[in-house]
This record gives sequence, structure tokens and C-alpha cells, in this order.
Amino acid sequence: MAAQDTEAARRMNLRKVSERKKFMGKYHNAYMTAGCIITGIILLMVLVGIFFTPYDPTQMDASAKLQGISLKHIMGTDHMGRDVFSRVLYGSRVTLIIATGTVAIGAGIGTLIGALTGFYGGIFDEIMMRIIDALFAFPSVLLALVFVSLFSTGTYEVMIALGIAFIPSFARIVRSEFLRCRNMDYVESARIQGASDLRIIFMHIMPNVRGVLLSSILIGFNNAVLAEAGLSYLGIGSQPPYASLGKMLSDAQQYMFSAPAYVLGPGIVIILMVLGFSFLGEGVRKVQG
Amino acid sequence: MSEKILTVSDLQIEFHDHQLPETVVYDFNLEVEKGEIVGIVGESGSGKSMSALAIAGLLSRHSMTKSGQIMYDGQNLLTCDRKVLRSYQGKQIAMIFQEPMTSLNPVKRIGWQVEESLRIHMPQMSGQERRQKAVSMLETVGLHEPQKVYEMYPHELSGGMRQRVMIAAAMIADPEILIADEPTTALDVTVQAQIVELLRRINREKGTSIIFISHDLSLVRQLCSRVIVMQNGRIVETGAAGEVFAHPQQEYTRRLIAAIPGVDLSVPRGSRQKEMQKHV
Amino acid sequence: MRYVLKKVLMMALTLVVVSVCVFLAFHIIPGDPATRLLGTQGTPAQVEALREQMGLNDPLYQQYFRWFTSLLHGDLGTSYVYSQPVASMLASKIPITFSLAMMSFVFMILISIPLGIYTARHENGMADRIIMTVNQIIMAIPPFFSGILITYFFGMILHLFTPGGFVSYDTSAGGFFAYLIFPAIAIALPKAAMATKLLRGSVVDEAAKDYTRTAYSRGNTVNGVLYRHVLKNAMIPVITFIGMALADMVAGSIVIEQVFGIPGISRILLTSISNRDYPVVEAIIMGIAMLVILINFLVDVIYRIIDPRISD
Repeated sequence: MAAQDTEAARRMNLRKVSERKKFMGKYHNAYMTAGCIITGIILLMVLVGIFFTPYDPTQMDASAKLQGISLKHIMGTDHMGRDVFSRVLYGSRVTLIIATGTVAIGAGIGTLIGALTGFYGGIFDEIMMRIIDALFAFPSVLLALVFVSLFSTGTYEVMIALGIAFIPSFARIVRSEFLRCRNMDYVESARIQGASDLRIIFMHIMPNVRGVLLSSILIGFNNAVLAEAGLSYLGIGSQPPYASLGKMLSDAQQYMFSAPAYVLGPGIVIILMVLGFSFLGEGVRKVQG
Repeated sequence: MSEKILTVSDLQIEFHDHQLPETVVYDFNLEVEKGEIVGIVGESGSGKSMSALAIAGLLSRHSMTKSGQIMYDGQNLLTCDRKVLRSYQGKQIAMIFQEPMTSLNPVKRIGWQVEESLRIHMPQMSGQERRQKAVSMLETVGLHEPQKVYEMYPHELSGGMRQRVMIAAAMIADPEILIADEPTTALDVTVQAQIVELLRRINREKGTSIIFISHDLSLVRQLCSRVIVMQNGRIVETGAAGEVFAHPQQEYTRRLIAAIPGVDLSVPRGSRQKEMQKHV
Repeated sequence: MRYVLKKVLMMALTLVVVSVCVFLAFHIIPGDPATRLLGTQGTPAQVEALREQMGLNDPLYQQYFRWFTSLLHGDLGTSYVYSQPVASMLASKIPITFSLAMMSFVFMILISIPLGIYTARHENGMADRIIMTVNQIIMAIPPFFSGILITYFFGMILHLFTPGGFVSYDTSAGGFFAYLIFPAIAIALPKAAMATKLLRGSVVDEAAKDYTRTAYSRGNTVNGVLYRHVLKNAMIPVITFIGMALADMVAGSIVIEQVFGIPGISRILLTSISNRDYPVVEAIIMGIAMLVILINFLVDVIYRIIDPRISD
């Protein structure tokens, strides 16, 4: 295949890789580490936040409006005197739940569609792909807006709407992997051994798609957090008095001149969440080579 | 036939990355005379392609160290100014590669790629002149309907046709030396023979010196007047082709020759040897 | 030519599927528009008369056909709330959102292509590492948050623009575009970061391919190889992303318009959603979907021009 001149270079590379493995372990890379640490901190905060928050996230205190960062309120207080940190804990939980639901719907249905269309092809594939293309024509935030306008603006509506909006990308990725795999030797040999289509799809091909799927799921989380934050900024999703990160930012924006600290808490948490997932995704991609 | 145009002496190539340096070519010596065909044979990883790439000036100056000399036109190609090196590349020293499939740019037209050396080295030439020259070159290398091929993209051609295109592109500026790095390895047998025949014709008609690198001894034997045998980065044997094949001095060379499948079947020995004698 | 024809056909097909989905969504789920138009005062007889007049008693496919043909003629229906033609309501807003999206797109291209090439050329160098790390962080900042920060620093602290001081294009074209600069940057930043990363990776991959060696063997300089050989190949995967980014930017501008107080499509969309003014929402959704489909088609065609290996 490759020119002989790189023979030595290749030998060299192999040695480099094996030494790196020996020293650092196969799954180690800087992105992976950073992603695990950031996502770990966020998850820990959210988990702790379920049982304990410094203050009640909805409790107002007229005497402590728009305070800056202090030991008492580590992210300050909002325009109603509520503790921003407690609200951020609550809001991140909502964001994570929506992101999880979104990815579960998108990846679940998308993978199924992608697997079937990629494996069988033909007219079914053509029709499905046209529908997927049509769905793809709606940017996810927009699709969520449509959904919300037709039903109501609740957490579940946002989850379902974003979930549907995420189906096409998963379906396309899985479909192209299945197209690549369906004529491979191991599929042929499984077929000769009398394996059913379903068995081939789920037991033989799916394990080979796992790696690609994993990094898509992490990127999906990344995008879902961004989309949810954007929607809640527009006031769509969980409704007041309950906190959401985006809504807090849009409130904070109005008081930015008097209380610039207010925007930082929710903003930084959104960034960390996205950064954590994107680093993990990048790390997984690097490990897979 | 005596004018030496290229002299490589004591060439040593060493890769170095963060951990351990590794030497891939030791004490490589080579002289190329005007109009001759020199063969370099050896197994994969023997350093033959490395040496060829060094002569063509295609080894990175960062990731490896090279010592020794590659003298051409009074310049040491290893140390001379890059501008000088570039002025030789494609104009005086041209190269064709093992993989005709991937060695052409997939998104550029054949004609554009064939003309490239002219565009770089003879910018004063008009587009029409260049086109004429490219088309006639495509014809010279045996492509039918050269006007049509000129407008095509690499993926529309077969492997053998692409290697012909590569040769046309390499020969367009009439180089003094053509380095052919395993030019037939990726092709099937009948096409191999045609490409070898084409190289021989170019050598005969244009007087181009050819450095022919191959692991296939039967091809080297058909084509070359002089042979260099390499193993593990070192030259183990060198001499006139007829001599080396008839009386190999080294065990390694003997084994290589013995390993040629069906020597006597694929090459009618008598006729070929006679022809080779002529070249020597 | 056959390729373009096939793609046009696919585009038309997708358009039909999209329009059917939008039609069904907005004509089935929300209930009876006649009741909605007349409000609570309407008697059953009035409602029935209006239904007949609006053609709501016809079979669904006839209604769809009528809706779709009038859509193609530019008739987008009548707003429930303002009783105005939707087309005239949107006419003054579309140029604003369109300008914002196009400006973001131009910024994305202007930032990402030079930066992608630069970082690829200096792969693993100091500048590359710094740029790529910053890049990774910028990708994680949602545009509305960077919009807020930009408003604060460039608007409130540095006074480079007046937050909320949008200038209409009728009043002053210069002022209009000047006001859009910062919102456009906010939209463009994360997309530019992604495009930079993609282009860098693509150039690095392409630069390692065999044809670059051939190009060097002909006496090309590094720049010659990069600009005459590598770049065109490297753009192939980037084109898809750029097309998708353009579509995303239209949606992204909806959020950003809120951040910067720009009276584009966004405000009208959001108020129509909360007012349940379906004809307006439907028209906007359909318009954006058509735009996205058109962009995808153009991407396919550009693809075909750049990469001759795509057949059919």
C-alpha cells in the first residue's frame, strides 16, 4: 500500500505508540482527562444539588437584591434576592435532564432508523432519507419553537422537540456506518451461518458502530445543552419561579450595569457543561484514532 | 557514455524523533552517467526508496538528518539553498512514484498537472504552447486521444494510464534524470511490461538517465545496465547488471535472484541478455 | 447536468415533504381557525359560514393544494391577531434578519479560512496550540452569552456601540450595518471556531497525501503546494459544514436578535408564538425550511464543482 520509503517511519511510529501506551495507558489523553474532570464536577454539583442547596432556589429576599459575589452568596443574588448559586444548581439539573432526554430520543430513534435504512437500502431507505432530509431542514431551536407553539412550553415539550430535531444527525451517521459494514466479510459469514437480519444488525454490526455512536452521543449532549440554554433564554422551557440557566441570563442581562456579577454564574456553568462534553467527545475521537 | 551527472557519496539518513534516532540508510554511494539506467533493488525497508527521495530532494529537512553529499551540477543538493534545489526539481530531476492512484491530485485536470513543471520553471511560456506540449507528451507516453485525456480527471483513468500520465508530467520539462520509485509495483503484469518498455524508449530517444528502483529483479534485469543491491540500509553489492546477475558475490543477492519466480519463463534469457550486453 | 437535475428533483421532493409536515402540523393540531378568528363572540352559524368561506370544509388534500399554491404565489395568509396579510408584516423584517445572518456568514469565512490555513501550516507550533485551545473554549460559549458579554464590554464599558440602539436601514444604511457588526460577531464566533478546527484538520490530512509529494517533486514551494494543490481538496469536507453553519446562523440570529434588541424576524416569531398567531409562525417556519433546503442544494452543486469524483 504505502510507499516503502515510509517503512522505517512506520516502524518508528509503531514504537512511539506502544511506548506511549506503556507510559500513559491507552485511554489517556489531555482532552479525556479535562473532559472527565469538568463533567465530573458538574455532575457532582448537580447530584449534591438534588439533596442540598445553600438556599431555597425560589425563596425571595427583598433585602438582598442583586448582591455581588460574597461568601454568603458565592454567585451573588438575583433581582429578587434569590441565591444565584442555588438557582444555578437547580437550573443545571433541568438542563442536564433535558439534554439526556434529547439525546436518548435522538440517538435511540436515529440509530434505529439509520440501522434499518443502511442495512436494507432500497425504496424504504429512499423514503426515510427524504423524511430525514425534510426534518433536517428545521434548525433544532426552530423545531423546538414550532413544537412549543403547537403544544405548550414545558420541560417535556422542549425535550421531545429537541429529541426529534436530533434524530436526523444520528440517523445519517449510523446509516453511513451500516452502509459501510453491510457488505463486509464478517456479515457475510454470519449470514452463511444462518443468522437472522435482526441478529446481524444488533449483534454483529452494531458493536462495530459503537465507537462512532459514542462520540456522536457526547457531541449530542454538547449541542443539546447549547440548544436548551438558547431556548430557555427565549423563555421557553421550565417556567418561573423555577430556575433555568438561559432565563437567568436573560434576567441578568437587564441588570448587567448594576450587577455585572449576576451573568457570570449561569454563563460559566453553561460553558463548563458544554466544554466538558466537547472535551469528552474529542477525547473519545482521539482514542479511536 | 562517460559523463557523470550525479554523484552521491557517503549518504546517511537518520530519522530522529523524541525518543531514539534510527538510521535507515548508511554509506550510500551512487554515480549516474548521462543516458544510463541504474537499478536499485532490495526488499521493503532496505532504504532504496529513502535514498531516491533524498536525491529528489523530497525528504523533510526537519524530521531527519542527512550527511554525505549529493552532487549535481556543482551543487550539494543536501545543503544547497532551497531555491536552487527547487530550480532543479521537475526541471532537471523528475520523479515518478509507486502509487499512480494516489500520486495525482484528484481534483485537478490531467492537463493542468502535466503542465505544472512548465508553469513553474518556464513561466514565460504561453498557455497555448504549454497545452500543445502537454498534449504531445501525453501522446508520446502512449495515451490514445491525448486531447481528451488532457481534459480528464485522474479517477477517470486506469492505473496504467495514470502512471503514463505521471511519466508525461515528469518528462514534460525534459529532465536530465528521471527517478522511478517502484513505478510498476501497483500495476498488473501486462501493464508493467508496457511501462518498462516506455521507460526504455524514453531513455533511448531522449537520453534521459533513469534511476529505477524496484524489488522486482526480473524488471531490473530487463531494463538496467548497472545494479545496486541494498539490504537493511546498506549497499551489499553493486556492478554491471549482467555481471551481478550472472555471478552474484553476496549470499543475499543470490537469494534474491533465486527468489525470482520463473526467471526463465518470464524473460527469454538469450535475447534479453544480448540486449543488456549492448547497454553495458 | 444529470447530477444537478437529480438534485433539483430531490430538493423539490424534500420541499413537498416539508410543506406537508408544516401544513398538517399547523392545520390539524391547533384546532379550528374559524373559531379562533371570530373569537368568543362568533355564533355557530357565523363560524360555519366562515369555515365555508375559508374552504375548511373541503377535503384536506384540496386545502393543502390551495395553501401550497398560494404560498408559491407569495400569499402567506392572514394574521389572526393583526388581521393583516402575513407577507406585508414580514416584508420589513426579512432584510434585517437576512443581513444579520449574511454578515455573520461573511465573518465566519473571513475568520476561519485564514486561521485554519495558518494553524495547519504551523501544526503543533506554539501559535497553533494557543489558537486551538482558545478555539475549543470559544466553541463552548453559546452565542447569546458571548452576545451579553459583548454588550457589556464593547457597549457599556468601551461605548463602541449603543446597546438597544438599533438603527433601521431606512434611516441610515451605515448605522444599520454598524449596529449589526457586534451581533454578527457573536453569531459567527463559535461557528468560525468549528470551521477553523475542521479546515485545519482537513489541510493537515491532505498535506500528508501522496499527491503533495508529487507536487514538491515538480519544484513547487510550500505555498504552491498549499494553495494550488491542498486547499481545494481540503475544502471538500469544510463545504458541508459551511452550508450547515449558514442554515444554523439563520436560526441563531433569532436568539441573538433578542440579545441585542434587533427588531427582525425573531420578535415577530416569538410574539406570534405566545399569541398563537399560527399563520405568521407557519410562514416563518416554512420560509426558513425552504431557505435551508435551498442552501443544501447549493452545497451539493458546489460539491460537484469542486470534487469531480462525485458521479451521476
